[in-house]
Amino acid sequence: MNMRLTSSPRSGDPSWARSENARSRFGLISRAPAPSGESTEPAKVRLHDICLSYRSQTGEQFPALDHINLEVNTGEFVCVVGPSGCGKSTLLHLIAGLHRQSSGEIWFAGTPVAAPGTDRIMIFQEHALFPWLTVGENVAFGMKMKGIQRREREERTRYYLRLVHLAKFEKSCIHQLSGGMRQRVAIARALATEPDVLLMDEPFAALDAQTRDILHDELERIWVETGRTIIFVTHNVREAVRLGDRVVLLTFRPGRVKSEFPIDLSRPRHLEDPEVAATARQVLDQLREEINQSLEAEYAAVIKPKIEP
Amino acid sequence: MTTNAAMKRAGRYLVFYGGLFSLWVMLAELKIWPPYLFPTPWGVGEALYSGFKDHSYVIAIETSMQRVLIGYAISVVFGMILGLGVASNKFLEETMGGLLVSLQSLPSICWWPLALLWFGLSQNAILFVVIMGSLLSVTLAMEDGRKQMPRIYGMAGRNLGAKGFKLFWYVLLPASLPFIVTGLKQGWAFAWRSLIAAEMLYLSLGLGQILMMGRDLNDMSAVVAVMLLIIALGFIVDGIVFRSMQRHLQNKWGLTPTT
Repeated sequence: MNMRLTSSPRSGDPSWARSENARSRFGLISRAPAPSGESTEPAKVRLHDICLSYRSQTGEQFPALDHINLEVNTGEFVCVVGPSGCGKSTLLHLIAGLHRQSSGEIWFAGTPVAAPGTDRIMIFQEHALFPWLTVGENVAFGMKMKGIQRREREERTRYYLRLVHLAKFEKSCIHQLSGGMRQRVAIARALATEPDVLLMDEPFAALDAQTRDILHDELERIWVETGRTIIFVTHNVREAVRLGDRVVLLTFRPGRVKSEFPIDLSRPRHLEDPEVAATARQVLDQLREEINQSLEAEYAAVIKPKIEP
Repeated sequence: MTTNAAMKRAGRYLVFYGGLFSLWVMLAELKIWPPYLFPTPWGVGEALYSGFKDHSYVIAIETSMQRVLIGYAISVVFGMILGLGVASNKFLEETMGGLLVSLQSLPSICWWPLALLWFGLSQNAILFVVIMGSLLSVTLAMEDGRKQMPRIYGMAGRNLGAKGFKLFWYVLLPASLPFIVTGLKQGWAFAWRSLIAAEMLYLSLGLGQILMMGRDLNDMSAVVAVMLLIIALGFIVDGIVFRSMQRHLQNKWGLTPTT
């Protein structure tokens, strides 16, 4: 399995597929890229005092995100964890430009985010591939929208399908693929538009454990090979620690940054590494407080609370 | 296995339609009613033969098809635009949504007097009635399809750089197609019915006209022959165009057939 996963279509890569820092990534494995970054380059993504509130049907405002400040550096793999309902997916939508925040500003590569752009591509939890297109057409979709010539489109589509080991399925329909294969297509589709940042919204949550393990390995490999910046949202702490350079923990409603954990572990990692488990435990201890709150809120909504203070 | 099932199906068809045909022959041969009220199959066959031989049926079919295709095409284009508008605009939905539903209860031939006054006895009057017949079906289907369509497709499309017309053409339209194909089919059926009705009132070529001509000549065989033609044409378009479209969608999307 490892043999297959580490084999890459590196030989004869076209120029657009090469990345400056790809090769050296495994070389500086034990060094977690410092959140502040030693380069003078500004952060790739900078969230400044982001607030978002929804208006419920009865007209009252309730806050979903509360003064979020976050910086993500170029090439960094940041995982955002939090209890369900903390607004972590919403955060990605804001960065993608699919929604507008109520206040605060999002900076992307030095300019404020105002609209969706192919420099920030989302990978959704599931069912976001277009079933009316073949696998290849799905991967080529973003490039087609960009107006890239057909020949280059086809070439790149093949390249990225090889990258996710799905070259043979270019002509297949989406419904013929397994859940894991679909998410790999989604990754290829996202990478094909050459985004600077991948925004991943619990992309492996609907998969079985074995498939998820394989996709973790693949994602880590692809990240190393392409040198992209990744913001990965999940409720699975183990997954976050296994993948991220840094784990950001959000509080329960309204979402606030509770704490950040630099993950200083060597790569490639595995889910069952004791170091991963130990670090995950630290994160989990803090997360548990938030989960308890979210559970209480859930129960309170169902049964009227009779608990003494 | 499958050939066996197909054989069985063919057998059932044969039994049913054979029985129906024998019943017709029997009733005609018993001569309970005179042939100008109840035609024999041979009479109808002869009428069909002579109609095609002197090209009058061919011309009628061409004329009718041309009218219905133009009318239906216009309905589809405007119906989709209207439907999308109603589905995506709160104001339009609240105001025009109700109007559309209530207008649909009006049989399209009721537009005929109005069309005559507006357009005179012309091709345009017929087109108008055809459009009024199918436009609303397509509009309502599109509105419904747009709402049923999973929202994630629109989000993913925008995220991948599609906007404006491109978003509609490459994402919203194909994403809603499985939900609107039934409406498109219904729109076709309405267009076809409206056309025949209008042609029966406006005597200038077309299948509806030769149908009325049969009545005027007391030629029951011709009447039944044209009725059979109208059924056959509607069935062929439904079978060829819409069935294959549905089958294509089912294959692509991996949906199970809904029959």
